[in-house]
Order: sequence, then structure tokens, then C-alpha cells
Amino acid sequence: MNRRSTGLAIEAEGLTRSFGETRALAGMDLRVPAGTVYGLLGPNGAGKTTAVRVLATLLRPDGGTARVFGHDVVTEADKVRSRVSLTGQYASVDEDLTGTENLVLLARLLGLRKPAARERAAALLAAFGLTEASDRQVKKYSGGMRRRIDIAASILNTPDLLFLDEPTTGLDPRSRNQVWEIVRAVVSHGTTVLLTTQYLDEADQLAGRIAVVDHGRVIAEGTPGELKSSVGSGTVHLRLRDPGQRPQAEMVLREALNVPVQLAADPVALTARVGEAGSDLDASAQAARALGDLARAGIVVDDFSLGQPSLDEVFLALTDHPAVSADERDDELEAAR
Amino acid sequence: MSDTTTTTERAPSVYVPSAEALATVLAPGARPARPSALGASLTFGWRALLKIKHVPEQLFDVTAFPIIMVLMFTYLFGGALADSPRDYLQFFLPGIMVTSVVMITMYTGVGLNTDIEKGIFDRFRTLPVWRPAALVGMIFGDVLRYILAALVILGVGLALGFRPAGGVVGVASGIGLLVIFSFAFSWVWTFFGLILRSEKSVMGVSMMVLFPLTFLSNVFVEPSTMPGWLQAFVKVNPVTQLVASVRAVMAGESDPSATMWLLAWSAGFVLVFGTLTMYKYNRR
Ligand SMILES: Nc1ncnc2c1ncn2[C@@H]1O[C@H](COP(=O)(O)OP(=O)(O)OP(=O)(O)O)[C@@H](O)[C@H]1O
Ligand SMILES: [Mg+2]
Repeated sequence: MNRRSTGLAIEAEGLTRSFGETRALAGMDLRVPAGTVYGLLGPNGAGKTTAVRVLATLLRPDGGTARVFGHDVVTEADKVRSRVSLTGQYASVDEDLTGTENLVLLARLLGLRKPAARERAAALLAAFGLTEASDRQVKKYSGGMRRRIDIAASILNTPDLLFLDEPTTGLDPRSRNQVWEIVRAVVSHGTTVLLTTQYLDEADQLAGRIAVVDHGRVIAEGTPGELKSSVGSGTVHLRLRDPGQRPQAEMVLREALNVPVQLAADPVALTARVGEAGSDLDASAQAARALGDLARAGIVVDDFSLGQPSLDEVFLALTDHPAVSADERDDELEAAR
Repeated sequence: MSDTTTTTERAPSVYVPSAEALATVLAPGARPARPSALGASLTFGWRALLKIKHVPEQLFDVTAFPIIMVLMFTYLFGGALADSPRDYLQFFLPGIMVTSVVMITMYTGVGLNTDIEKGIFDRFRTLPVWRPAALVGMIFGDVLRYILAALVILGVGLALGFRPAGGVVGVASGIGLLVIFSFAFSWVWTFFGLILRSEKSVMGVSMMVLFPLTFLSNVFVEPSTMPGWLQAFVKVNPVTQLVASVRAVMAGESDPSATMWLLAWSAGFVLVFGTLTMYKYNRR
């Protein structure tokens, strides 16, 4: 078996899938190279989970085709299933069972005999720091432990392709880092990982390539570097003491940075992109210049930060509309009626 | 990794992923052969047993409910329909055993719906095993609950004076027939568990099906006392055939026609609803 094959792990063309009126997938194309982490980045309701479920053979697409390691997800579902593993967004182990029981159960279903299954379960629990909790019901686990047992259950058979649907949503920074370390280890052993996330920094940290998803379509695709440089590598966030000074601050910033400045809903806040491709200065130097200009103009800044563009800002740049989830949009439409 | 040791010293419970430990579990081993259909189903049945072990409250439905049914109906109808509760019990106990167990079958649908709602079936459905295994295993677990419920009712019945003429063999065959039918009938509920949105709607539909099925039968009274149109329904009702068969074997006799109908109904339920269930299960 050639685990480090250089071909494509996933090839999807024009996938569509609707739920009643909702078009969850509206012609999604994906090409995921084998042996890498591939990030699907998008807001709530973008269609990430639907895409993962189609690719993992759980849901039939209405249209389009998808192949996993060359096998069609509809007509050769069984072949696909023997090579993939899914850690769903929600419970993917049995909460009433203990950690050990869950892993032994799944190992047995994968064909291991009882002693081998027990051995495998114990080894995984140890590697994931869950030995102490192995005889506790999973419903009593913390969020981070939950995620770890979910992932452990998915690599019982070291799959060739692992789907991780929002593996760090709701985790604290430390648990998040632990999951990231695990993902890095998994991919370094030759497993391809398709990861969905709402966080640009997560995709940036882990993924070799990213597809930005909106309304069931891929609206941008590339390496994290490519995506960020199309958006600008950073954003300055400012909060003023006096809301009356905001128009003046906006002008000063625009001159200093030579980019459009956004006025946030908060009457004292402004944001602007820095580090755009083609600028002569890097992001931090531009930010420093802006801060200096503001001080000289007598504008008092209470809070200042320079960070990566948020998913919101990426969206704004790519689509000219903010990253509103489909559900929120529905609510707004409803309200407008 | 110097900071590994310091973190570990400060708070021993903090997990620090170690590349070496992960490497040992990530090394691709030989893929074991896929388990047999029966093996996979039994493994899923083992899951049902573990759930009973961890959530014993779920046995309440199969113990308390049947006991209440036996006591309630024996004393409620016993005086009116027969000379004494004790006499009525000889006629009635097989019927109430069937009613209780058939009613409990709906928990198969409720349980499946809950599992799907929680997401665990997504994992099961991506496993490369015999497709119906997860559902068959689940019903295997439920069959144990049916047997338990039947035994509880038998116990209460014996205590109240039920004296089956068929003896141990008759009673065991009666419970056997009941379990065969209940296994088959459970597939109706797996289907509803898959197509309905919530646990509540599964319960609602079950009640609508189960009440007419169990009450419009020969469980409580002889059909000859009913109007003609009702007799027609009662006669084809599978619960009637089941009760007639069970009553006969427990009394040490036999009712070949009822038993044949019963087995035909059972095969029909598995065939029709098993197929529908698997169709839905495969294309959600
Ligand atoms: N089973 C379903 N029935 C009805 N609508 C659905 C179903 N699954 C998804 N949808 C709808 O399809 C759209 C896409 O959903 P999906 O779960 O794929 O989004 P997502 O990107 O995973 O979002 P999130 O970040 O919230 O997990 C949403 O509008 C959602 O409401
Ligand atoms: Mg999702």
C-alpha cells in the first residue's frame, strides 16, 4: 500500500445537495492532495459539514461526483469506507460508555480480536493522555478530553484519510494546541487530513492548502500565504477615547496607510488592513506609522492591536459581504418581510 | 522537550502530546480482516449490554411497566369478565405478556432515533462492516430486554396464581414465539426511528400503532363478543395470532394455524420493514 502516494486524496466536481429550500452545497469543487492537511474554512452554515458528510459516504449528493483515492463515494462507498475515518462535529463516540469500551468496541468492529483490541485501545488511550480516564464514562470527560477520544477513535485503524469536522470549536487554547499537535503527528505519518474550521489562524497553523467556503461553494483556494496576501497579512484594530474624534481618526489612518478604513458598529472602534501585497512597509511598520500619526494629530487611542485578519475580514475582502451564517441571513430575511 | 517536564511537574494531569508516544500508535499496522456479519452484529449487541450496565434505569420500562399492567388488568377486569381474578389470569396472562412486550418494542425506534440525533451513528455508518449490523446488534440487545420483561410478567403471574398447563416447555415455547415476533416487529420501529425527526414523534407514532394493535385483539376478551366489522380486524391482527399461539402452547396445546400466521407475519415484517429500514439507513 502506497501511503505516501503523491496523487489526489479527494477529487470532487460540482457537488450539489439541498435540504428543502436550503442549498447546502451549490456546486463545490475540491482537489485535495494526498499526504497533506487541507483546510475547509467557512462560517456557520457554509456547507462544511455537508461536504464532509458527502465525502465520508454518509450523505448522497444530489449532483456532481466525488472520488476518494479514486473510488466514487456513491458507487464504491464500501471501498471508500475502508480507507477513511470521520470525527464528526458532534458526538462521535458513545457517551454512556467508558473510553476503553468505546475504543474496544470500534477496534472489534474493525476486525481486531478481543486481546488485540484491548491492547490497541490501551496504547491509544496512553498516547492521548487518557489512561487515567479510561474507565470513566465519556459523558464525564472535559471538552478537550472528549475531542481527544473522538480523534483516538478515528485513528484506530490508521486511516489513509481522516475527516476532522471543527475539531477545536469550543476548546480552550491549551486543548486547542493539543489537538493541533495530534493533527501534525497524524499527517506526518502519512494520513491525509481534511479539516473544517471557522478560524483562519487554525487553517493557517495546520493546513498546506485552504479552500474558503461560502454558500456551498469554494470562493477562494490556495496556500495560507496566497490567501493572506490576497487579503492583507494583518489588521489593526483601534479604540478611541472620544467617539467625536472618529471622523478625524479615519482620515489620518487613510492617509497613513493608504487603504480603506472600516468603521465598526462600536462608535469608538476602527479597523484597517495593513501589510497588503505591494506595500513598501511590512504590517508592523505601517501600524507604527499610523499610531504615530494619530498621536501627532492629538487623537487619544485607548486600545490598539495588530493581528491576523479574522475570518470576517477575509470574507469581506473576498465577497464584499461579511461572514454571516446562512441561518442569520434567513433570520434577517424573515425580519425584513 | 524541556518544558514537557516542567509542565508535568506543576500539574500532572495536563496532557502534553508526545511525538514518540503518538508515533507508536500511528505506525500503520496490518489491516485485520473485516469481521463477519454475525460477529459485527454481536459486537453491536455487546454495546447494547454495556449501555444497560451503565444506564440500568432503562430497565425500568421493561420491569415496572409490565408489573403494573398485570396487576391493574387482573384486578380491574378479573371480577367482571371471569368469576375471579385467579380464573381470569389463566386466560389473560399470556395476553398481557404479549401486550407488554410488543409495547416495549417501540423503544427500539426511540433508542435509534436518539443515537442518530447524537451523531454516533455517523461513525457506525462510516465503518466498513456489514451494513445492517448496527441495527441487528441493537435489536439483539432489545431481545434481551423482551426476555427479561416476559420473565418478570411470568414471575408476577405465578405469584398471583397463574398455573400454565404446558409446564416449563410450554412456557418457554410461548416466550420463544413472542421473542421471534418481537424481533421481527422491531424493524417497524427502526424504520420509524430513521424517518422521524424526534424521539417525541417516534413515541407518538408508536402509540398510534400500538394501541389499536394490542387492544383490538383477543388479549382482553374473546372476539366472539365483538361486532362483526371489529371481528374482521381482530382476526387478521398479528397480535391476535401471536396471543392465540402463545396461549395454546402455554396451556399445553397447540394452534398450528395461528402459529403459521404468526410466523408469516414475522417474516413479512423483517422482509418489508427490514428492507425499508436498510434503504433509509443507506441513503440518509
Ligand atoms: N439535515 C439537514 N436538514 C436540513 N437542513 C440542513 C441539514 N444539514 C444542513 N442543513 C443546512 O444546510 C446548510 C449548510 O449546513 P452545514 O452543516 O453543512 O454548514 P457548516 O458549514 O458545517 O456550518 P457550522 O459551522 O455551523 O457547522 C445550513 O443552512 C443548514 O441549516
Ligand atoms: Mg458544521
